[in-house]
Amino acid sequence: MSAQGVDVEGVSFGYGATRVLEDVSLSIRKGEFFAFLGPSGSGKTTLLRLIAGFGTPDRGRILIGGRDMTRTPPWSRNVGLVFQNYALWPHMTVAQNVAFGLERRRVPRAERDRRVRAALDMVGLAHLIDRRPAQLSGGQQQRVAIARTLAIEPEVLLLDEPLSNLDAALRAGVRQELVELQRRLGLTTILVTHDQEEANAAADRMAVLDGGRVLQIGTPTELYDRPANRFVAAFLGTANLIDGTVEDGVFRAGGIALPLNEPAAPGRVTLALRPQGIRLHRDASGGALAARVLRTEFLGGHVRYTLELQEGQQLTTEEAHLRGRDPLAPGGTVRLEIDPRQVSIL
Amino acid sequence: MSATASRPWSARLRIEASASQVAAAAIVAAFLLAFLVVPVGRVFLTAFAAAEGGFTLVHFADFFRTSLFIESFWNSLYVAGMSVVFASLLAVPLAVILARYRFPGSALIAVLGVLPLVMPPFVGAVAMQLIFGRNGTVNLLLMDWFDVRLDLMEGLNGVIFVQSLHYFPFILMNLSASLSNIDVSMEEAGQNLGARGANLLRTIVLPLALPGYLAGASLVFVKVFDDLATPLLLNVTNMLAPQAYLRVTSVGLGDPMGYVISVILVVVSVAAMAGSALLLRGRDYATAQRGGGGLSQRRMTRTGRILAWCFVVPALLLVLAPHAGILLLSLATIWSFSPLPDGFTLAHYATVLRETPQFLTNTLLFCGIAALIDVVLGVVIAWLVHRTRLPGRALLDLVAMSALAVPGLVLGIGILRTYFDVHLPGGDSLATSWIMLTIVLAVRRLPYALRAATAALRQVHRSLEEAAENLGAGSATTLARIVVPLMAGGLAAAFVTSFATAAVELSATLVLVTRDVDAPLSYGIYIYMQSAAGRGPGAALGVIAVVVVAICTWAAHAFAERERRRRSRTVEPRGAA
Repeated sequence: MSAQGVDVEGVSFGYGATRVLEDVSLSIRKGEFFAFLGPSGSGKTTLLRLIAGFGTPDRGRILIGGRDMTRTPPWSRNVGLVFQNYALWPHMTVAQNVAFGLERRRVPRAERDRRVRAALDMVGLAHLIDRRPAQLSGGQQQRVAIARTLAIEPEVLLLDEPLSNLDAALRAGVRQELVELQRRLGLTTILVTHDQEEANAAADRMAVLDGGRVLQIGTPTELYDRPANRFVAAFLGTANLIDGTVEDGVFRAGGIALPLNEPAAPGRVTLALRPQGIRLHRDASGGALAARVLRTEFLGGHVRYTLELQEGQQLTTEEAHLRGRDPLAPGGTVRLEIDPRQVSIL
Repeated sequence: MSATASRPWSARLRIEASASQVAAAAIVAAFLLAFLVVPVGRVFLTAFAAAEGGFTLVHFADFFRTSLFIESFWNSLYVAGMSVVFASLLAVPLAVILARYRFPGSALIAVLGVLPLVMPPFVGAVAMQLIFGRNGTVNLLLMDWFDVRLDLMEGLNGVIFVQSLHYFPFILMNLSASLSNIDVSMEEAGQNLGARGANLLRTIVLPLALPGYLAGASLVFVKVFDDLATPLLLNVTNMLAPQAYLRVTSVGLGDPMGYVISVILVVVSVAAMAGSALLLRGRDYATAQRGGGGLSQRRMTRTGRILAWCFVVPALLLVLAPHAGILLLSLATIWSFSPLPDGFTLAHYATVLRETPQFLTNTLLFCGIAALIDVVLGVVIAWLVHRTRLPGRALLDLVAMSALAVPGLVLGIGILRTYFDVHLPGGDSLATSWIMLTIVLAVRRLPYALRAATAALRQVHRSLEEAAENLGAGSATTLARIVVPLMAGGLAAAFVTSFATAAVELSATLVLVTRDVDAPLSYGIYIYMQSAAGRGPGAALGVIAVVVVAICTWAAHAFAERERRRRSRTVEPRGAA
């Protein structure tokens, strides 16, 4: 079977009085690597499970390849879910685990064996075919779980926090392998994660969820550069959120007066400013604003400063660390400059 | 450390233990050696010893040449096997309903799982004959209505029937625990890959629950295979345990056949246990994840609910039958050849309390002391095993736990063999004195107390002890002031469990008790039940026993529960943090 797109239309879901998802709509294109990003309790895993058929939405529809699957039971969908804990059956060997879905689909024995081997080859574990799950490392278990899902050639591949049970050292490598595999097979893939780095690195597009609602959908760079609200701005990386007013194309807050690059309606607004949008000047002549250094954190590749403007406004900024340039000491003063191209109005 | 430094002998022997630890271990080891290892060893030696000394297999050859013994052997295997079958028929559906469905009768099933355990099978056996026997309630009604008769209680059938009803909770509890330990994602992964319904049950759920089932089933098999009291009370003597008992009590202590049968009982029990352990090796399937939590309980369809009720209600009636029967019998004036007693009276209770109050006081005394010994030994062994580096500590634990695999009958015979010729100052044999009975009860119930003590000790984090040591307390002070108080709840539960199970022990008791004045409750029930006239008072004693055990069971549960709540309120030290 070939990859299919997924459409979620106005889906709401709850357990009793607890609302988990509220009017969620999004469209995942065929062959796309999509991520649901959000903190725990945001409803991202519930949404993934609804797509797999574990639960029926209270309202709304779920379409896979254009067909309405809202009330189709899990076993009749061709959607592969890789569980967070892998859910490998401990009483079966690796081969039996991978063959399971093919047996249910009445694939003839010879064909089945071929596809089991092919799926395990794909994840590089063909040599462990007769082991039991308990004899495998965490990383190997995860590959078996992926092979078990790939063997049924699903229309959509769902990954529930696939890296969360792996050692930090393994994560980047496995993530790259996942992306490579997805590109090679052209599989429609949905990744659920609470880790923005994971979503940024792997996904073509992503949806940020919080409190059961979709806050913003877009490519990782779109979301980072143009967050739609405070939550998205703060959840994706570090952001200085400054409340102020816009008047005649100039943003004002305390001592800051920043001519904006893009047109903005006048009135009260919040400005999102990434740390790298602030440039520090150590000599007294450069920069428009004077600030005092409140806190200095040396982080290796860069130094993070918490600065206080004369009017009391606090800003976080980062500066690349270079040998010979000593970090600024707390209590000292510095001048800074804000790059108007790096700000966005929420 | 200073203790080690000041005693050069321990340094030379490289024993990483203090003198008090060595002394404690020596006392425990001596106890186990004298009252478990040596007696059981004597049984084995006697079974293989020729009359003129030396090793021989001739007694075993005799055993397998005697048709009565061969028949008894097969009967014991048959009864144990069939009891597993019938107990499974009762337990498996109940466990599946309990673990997998939201069923309004679930609380009832939980009660079903405890009811049989508060009533020893030999107490219910006579009542079962009155209800299901040839001329019992059920058959009288069936004869009246349909002119048919069910031979439920005839011969081996009766033993199988009584034992299945008594022991099915072992399978029910083990199986439902292992069913509810299956993580919900195990099932969902199957559904995601296309499995559903019966298919899902067959390929995923049941294989994952198999270890729990096997653990319960092997336990039932061994318990039934070794049981002496129930067949005796039902007048079934062509089984192994009754044969061994009859040989030793009627032919005499010198007769080798009792020992040969004892060896066979132990070997078959150990083989059954080892066999199930072997089958289960590498199959620790507990898959429940933190945060996850058991199989999803699904709603039942209307038909499903009706079917479930149709199974649970008759099962409940069946399980309640011995309890109801014994209660009726204890209150009946005459109950013979009629569906229900002719009239009701409290006279039997009066008889029991007036004529044989010693059965009750003896039980309180013997079992109280035995349970106390168990708790003390349990704490000491658990502490030696988990808190010291004493060489051989694991062996100590193993020997203490091995009492589980020794049938009471075998231990009783071994004690008789070892201590019959040792006499007390008054001239009585030590083996048949109440002191020895108390010690034997303690040995038999030690595994329960040891397990409870180990669990309680595991709850006391090592750092709590280290804090006391850091402030200057020695190991004895630490044990007394810190460890034992923290273990108190668990130990109270261990005490009542040991007490309650000792109060209804009848295998070793039957072998060791010779005089009514030294006899406990369980023996009293047995003696009364021997005669038709004694059935009423016997049942009254039985009801008292059930009430005592039920109160103890409830108390043990309450202690454990209170402990759990108290613990969840205090800040628990974490190993990693």
